[in-house]
Amino acid sequence: MKSSRRRFLKLAGIAALGIGSRPVLDAAFAAGGGGAAPEAKVRRQPEALTAKQWAMVIDTRRFESAADMEPLIEACHAIHNVPHFENKRHEIKWIWETEYQHAFPGKENDYLPYEVKERQYLVLCNHCENPPCVRACPTKATFKNENGIVIMDFHRCIGCRFCMAACPFGARSFNFRDPRPFIAETNKKFPTRAKGVVEKCNFCAERLAEGKMPACVEASDGALVFGDLYDPQSEVRQVLTENYTIRRKQELGTSPAVYYIV
Amino acid sequence: MLEYAVKGSKRYWGLIFALGAIVGLGALTWLYQLSFGLGITGMSRDVSWGFYIAQFTFLVGVAAGGVMVVLPYYLHDYKAFGRITILGEFLAIAALVMCLLFIFVDLGQPMRMLNVLFYPTPNSVLFWDMIVLNGYLFLNVVIGWNVLQAERHGTHYPMWVKPLIYLSIPWAISIHTVTAYLYAGLPGRHFWLTAILAPRFLSSAFASGPALLILLCMIIRKVTKFDPGWEQIQSLAKIVTYAIILNVFFFLCEVFTAFYSNIPGHMDPLIYLFAGLHGHGTYVPWMWASLSMMVLGIILLVPPVTRRNPLTLTAACLLVFFGAWIDKGMGMIAAGFTPNPLHEVTEYVPTGPELMITLGVWATGFLILTVLFKIAVSVKEEVRV
Repeated sequence: MKSSRRRFLKLAGIAALGIGSRPVLDAAFAAGGGGAAPEAKVRRQPEALTAKQWAMVIDTRRFESAADMEPLIEACHAIHNVPHFENKRHEIKWIWETEYQHAFPGKENDYLPYEVKERQYLVLCNHCENPPCVRACPTKATFKNENGIVIMDFHRCIGCRFCMAACPFGARSFNFRDPRPFIAETNKKFPTRAKGVVEKCNFCAERLAEGKMPACVEASDGALVFGDLYDPQSEVRQVLTENYTIRRKQELGTSPAVYYIV
Repeated sequence: MLEYAVKGSKRYWGLIFALGAIVGLGALTWLYQLSFGLGITGMSRDVSWGFYIAQFTFLVGVAAGGVMVVLPYYLHDYKAFGRITILGEFLAIAALVMCLLFIFVDLGQPMRMLNVLFYPTPNSVLFWDMIVLNGYLFLNVVIGWNVLQAERHGTHYPMWVKPLIYLSIPWAISIHTVTAYLYAGLPGRHFWLTAILAPRFLSSAFASGPALLILLCMIIRKVTKFDPGWEQIQSLAKIVTYAIILNVFFFLCEVFTAFYSNIPGHMDPLIYLFAGLHGHGTYVPWMWASLSMMVLGIILLVPPVTRRNPLTLTAACLLVFFGAWIDKGMGMIAAGFTPNPLHEVTEYVPTGPELMITLGVWATGFLILTVLFKIAVSVKEEVRV
């Protein structure tokens, strides 16, 4: 009696192990086909714009009021299916305007020129050269792509929000609820997100792949300059050598790729 | 030994069903959260971790605190603790299950949880936290069960358990160190960006864990025939005393560095917690209560008269436990996010459903604790007779 019970348990255990390991084995054998890394190769469009490190210079002198920035923000949010929530807690934003002391905390002083103090500043993901969010992500759902863009795989993100804690710029938003009913007009060319994942500005990687400049740059009438930071001939580099620029919290060593002419 | 779990008095079953009911309510609320999203909580874009992660952090401490009975017994051959090591190990198991559940209920996409294994990412501290927490759970289950079974049969536990016991001691330190590193390495979160965060976590762990263990021992003395022992309780009380003093000392070190250096980024979260910032001060009464409770706990624990009196000792342990709970289970996470990276203050207050899910996870832990302690106490009672 006792030995048969033990035998039954043993068999049941082995059976459970077999059933349990099946998906693992399936995945292991299906993945490489021979152990090689299954890196999918996506064919690049001939007109695609590429760079070693995309960067942006924002000429803040060109924006006198928040109204000047509205078209840029609107273009970005419309193209990327960013929902609009009334509830502040659920808010999602990729690019928005804020005041000097919020954009550059620690750099403020009481005697700034009136126009600098009163001006609004565009803030967005800095696509850091050394991004802490990428370091923190436990699934590589957020990563630095071959063009230096910090980008996200919305389908891999588990929604742990470690990246949001890691980002020193508050650039990331979380889908606290299903965003789809809150999108005014869905752009079918860009994926909507599910609830429970993080999202942020992607420097319009999908537009660069088609040879187009980022939506905010296109809408900025030259106030935003976009280009390859590592290419000495690029327009971005030219603007950087001709103007004094600052970056947000550069003392943290993340090397933001968004520069500001103040 | 599992049969002990299903043989019990009316009172035992009453407790099981009461806890089970809370677990059920919590699970139902979690289903609501699963369908709506984490928007049912008080979390926001600015305070993106809340009550769940705070409870997780506190309970990692409780789990690590169990080592304070294991270490003296196995490393210093302090025989008295032999009676209660199993209680420390089983408390760690219950606390770890709660930790893992709190991470689980905090995920936006829980069904994708296994991505952490499918795409292992050693540069993420969360990856290491997953390893140390599950590893410590595994160690405590294997060690606890084997040692208790050996005690029941009146034999020595198998020799292969010994290395696991030695391994479990540094492992206990590691779970709270790695958990502190989740926070302590994030640029721009000044409240957490301190080398002393891991020591702070450990000191509060070694206070709150053993304090809870003393309270549990007091209950066991009252309601069962097994006496964990007064000497054992007194030794634990001394551990709690040292640990809570260290915890308050470490906190004062933080206060000194922040305010003597006068660096705004370092001062702001502390000002937010203890005085309110830009007119927001939800946590102010809680934080002062927490600090007072810990100080009062010290006042009751240091003089031998009050430490040796069961009544004042119980009061001291309650003060230490809840003081540490407010400090870590409420203030620690909110202050890390306040002010936010743009120096704006968004306040976080947990919602009703969020509290219900939290309560459900705590009830799950106490359900597991009740069953495990029932088994352990039954074995002890049987061996004694």
